[in-house]
Amino acid sequence: MSNMVNLTINGIAVSVEEGQTILEAAEKLHIKIPTLCYHKDLCVAGNCRVCVVEQVGNNKLVASCAMPVSEGMEINTNTLKVRNCRKHIIELLLTEHNEECTKCYRNGHCELQELAAEYQITNQDFIDLVPDKNYTVDRISPALEKDDSKCIRCQRCVRTCAEIQSVGAIAVAHKGSDMKISTVFDRALDEVVCTNCGQCIVHCPTGALTEKSYVEKVWDAIADPDTHVVVQTAPAVRIGLGEELGFEPGTRVTGKMVSALRRLGFDSVLDTDFTADLTIMEEGTELLTRLKRALVEDDPDVALPMATSCSPGWVKYIEHKYPEYLPNLSTCKSPQQMFGALAKTYYAKNIGVDPQNIVSVSIMPCTAKKYEANRPEMKDSGYKDVDFVLTTRELAVMIRQAGIEFEKLNDESFDSMMGTGSGAAVIFGATGGVMEAALRTAYEIVTGREVPFENLEILPVRGLDGVKEATIKIEGTVDDWKFLEGVELKCAITNGLENAHQLMDNIKKGESFYHFIEIMACPGGCLGGGGQPYPVDDEVRLKRMQAIYNEDSDLPIRKSHENPEIVQVYKDFLEEPLSHKSHKLLHTTYVKREQY
Amino acid sequence: MTTTKKQLHRIDLIFKNEQDCKEILRNALARSNQEVINEMVNSGLKGRGGAGFPTGLKWKLTAEQKVDEKFVICNADEGEPGTFKDREILTRVPHKVLSGMAVCAKIIGARKGYIYLRGEYKFLVPNLKKELRRFHDILDELGLDFRVEIFMGSGAYICGEESALFESMEGKRGEPRNKPPFPTEIGYLNKPTVINNVETLAHSYTILKYGAKKFRELGVKDSRGSKVFSVSGDTPIPGIYELELGMSVQDFVDDFGDGDTKAVQVGGASGFLVPRKRFGKTSIGYQGKLTGISLPTGGSMMIFNSSRSMYNVLNNYLDFFEEESCGQCTPCRVGCQQLLKGIKAVKRGEKPASYLDQLLKLTDTMKLTAKCGLGQSVANSFSSIVENFREEMIY
Repeated sequence: MSNMVNLTINGIAVSVEEGQTILEAAEKLHIKIPTLCYHKDLCVAGNCRVCVVEQVGNNKLVASCAMPVSEGMEINTNTLKVRNCRKHIIELLLTEHNEECTKCYRNGHCELQELAAEYQITNQDFIDLVPDKNYTVDRISPALEKDDSKCIRCQRCVRTCAEIQSVGAIAVAHKGSDMKISTVFDRALDEVVCTNCGQCIVHCPTGALTEKSYVEKVWDAIADPDTHVVVQTAPAVRIGLGEELGFEPGTRVTGKMVSALRRLGFDSVLDTDFTADLTIMEEGTELLTRLKRALVEDDPDVALPMATSCSPGWVKYIEHKYPEYLPNLSTCKSPQQMFGALAKTYYAKNIGVDPQNIVSVSIMPCTAKKYEANRPEMKDSGYKDVDFVLTTRELAVMIRQAGIEFEKLNDESFDSMMGTGSGAAVIFGATGGVMEAALRTAYEIVTGREVPFENLEILPVRGLDGVKEATIKIEGTVDDWKFLEGVELKCAITNGLENAHQLMDNIKKGESFYHFIEIMACPGGCLGGGGQPYPVDDEVRLKRMQAIYNEDSDLPIRKSHENPEIVQVYKDFLEEPLSHKSHKLLHTTYVKREQY
Repeated sequence: MTTTKKQLHRIDLIFKNEQDCKEILRNALARSNQEVINEMVNSGLKGRGGAGFPTGLKWKLTAEQKVDEKFVICNADEGEPGTFKDREILTRVPHKVLSGMAVCAKIIGARKGYIYLRGEYKFLVPNLKKELRRFHDILDELGLDFRVEIFMGSGAYICGEESALFESMEGKRGEPRNKPPFPTEIGYLNKPTVINNVETLAHSYTILKYGAKKFRELGVKDSRGSKVFSVSGDTPIPGIYELELGMSVQDFVDDFGDGDTKAVQVGGASGFLVPRKRFGKTSIGYQGKLTGISLPTGGSMMIFNSSRSMYNVLNNYLDFFEEESCGQCTPCRVGCQQLLKGIKAVKRGEKPASYLDQLLKLTDTMKLTAKCGLGQSVANSFSSIVENFREEMIY
């Protein structure tokens, strides 16, 4: 056990582990110290200085987020000196900040606004610096917007992009009064290595980084009597939406969400879980085909490990950073795009609507999905497969705008045909979920038996660890798959692109060998996506994760291949996995991109 | 007619032409580490970059770290406005600086040293490289496993701050780190590091050669030894002078002023302005309890005569800080902009004179909350100029 350190904060004694900070010690005493640049996900920066406190015997104030505790330390968090300085610092931040709060996308969700309210910054005397700044707003990307005039230079986004994501699309440029958060050569986010993951958004305290909103466009489509508006909702939305609407993190609101979507006026309320199951069929078959080519045909060109392709942030990352591994990427489109392609073909035909009149909307925990829907490859239905992508947060905005009392809603069920998903589909929303879902199906195809885990729960692939590994020995194969008898299927799972970077480097160096890897761009997988509610940290992510697994275990169907709508779509339309039609509609290609 | 002006005692230690560094090194290396540390501690030498941390203690703390890899870094990022003494030391007596580094390296257990050279001092490189080759030969002869390299800065003032300097050397953006931990524990590449100013290292040579006792004979209590001053401004004799610490500003002005001295800026833009009425009550040194206050300095002494506008002087400093703040912490980045815009607004009548008081309060906050010495010290020149020359700020 590590050493304990005794100190007092505001005269109250507290004992914490050596190496902890004053801020952490204060938290233990339920004394709130305001912070801005501090975030539990990130390394300590100590640059906003809002969290300064007084240490007896020190003639300077100290930043409580950065100052480790020491024995006998006496801290005061609420002296006149502290309050005056804090107020000054908030005032200073406001003078550099474009204070158009009522016009701001983050109005009501801004940490700076909250602090200004808390400290009652009502008669600001310092000079407004904004008019003399050359602030720019970057609205070029279909996924993200960056407004420098709202930036408080806390560098949370920079640390997120570098530490959690290992991307480094945004960094600090210039110094002094010109210091700003910028990209290489000050290019638009859409023109650099940015993966559109949106982690910068969920870590930004203000409105400097936001998603590009398509709420108005969706309202327009709903209001148009000539269009049939189809909506799909991703697995992680049903466990995130409640949080944005006042429920505790980890509250499942699937039924209420469906009910709300109907009230908003969507014509068909469908489920991305359906195409998550379809992804398993296609991707599982693709994996088995690759294994066959490698093991039976000794084909030297087969690319292993096969990597999942559901996470558009990861897809863009590998396109930039490891283009030599693009053949390893599963050719399967993400569930969102499979859905889009089927909505304007299979679904349109079945409900008898001209696909030209269908507007396809998706609700995603993700900002990269906005980018993905706009990729030129994503028009295999003959139209733009997915017209508009909204984040979980944007859906909450629509629900509030429509005056729906969300907590009072009854539970309703998705519409049929593309509205049923298995438990295997729901867990796509958590890191390890795609792997678990794929194993549930692939193992059964190959052996005729269920995966040898209690309740189908493949625990080694679950949890928030950076890199998880699992090895499954295939035994008792059925005749078609005899070549896999005795093979140890090696899998790895990562979440967050920094971990993906580590894993890819190990694979590149030949230090690790796998058959199948699942990579999700965001920490925790889609449940921690860039389109999910803020604030977020591991505690919140774990709650959301638990909700996902509860949703899975409560569902009657737990395996993708047992989803009756999946059986039907193959029977009526797609024929079989990797069929010609599947290839046309459900699979895609990738592009090599620049390093920076 | 020649008047005999009272002249301060000129010291000739640093620039004294001494070519015996091999002997000095041989003797120093033969002594026990403890002995040398004691000598340094007893000398009372304090950091000559301006902050005045006791050098012997710095060496001692770093020596105590039980880590294999350590570094000695010579901070030659001389960027304080009005300071130009390190350039001269590196030009004229680089071997003394290198000797100080080598002895320090032996004591703390470092095999690698760096001179972090200000970008604008690129012209010193050929000469320094020649000197390094010669010096490395001497080290080989003496059997000391230590090598020094030159690392070029890129022109940012903030990189003279030790932790920003490490960041810069590590290939990162030059931004100060949180302290603690201090460099003695976690420095360059997160290894224990002694980082000393050029002049400090040169003084250590003097101490090793002549002994702590001789060094202590110079200066006053808490401010021992001599100091190299960069004298500029309204003086008939600008240049570099080695003088004893503890002198009063009055004595300095009597010697170097042009007879019409209105104020002296001690310690560059980040230092204090001393107005005429305080010349007698202010001395140059560290925390000494003399009559009045004692001001530390990195060696910059800027003399202003009555033709100078103190508003322009302050405007100039703030212009500098507004640009040279690294920009990471709020009080420094935004504070500097507010101070600069603030004095302009008062001058133009856009803000009332009382706004100066609000700005003074802001400098208090900057002093208390800025992350590093840069932001903390902007208050020094601002408050000493505004408080003493308020009318010049307004009219």
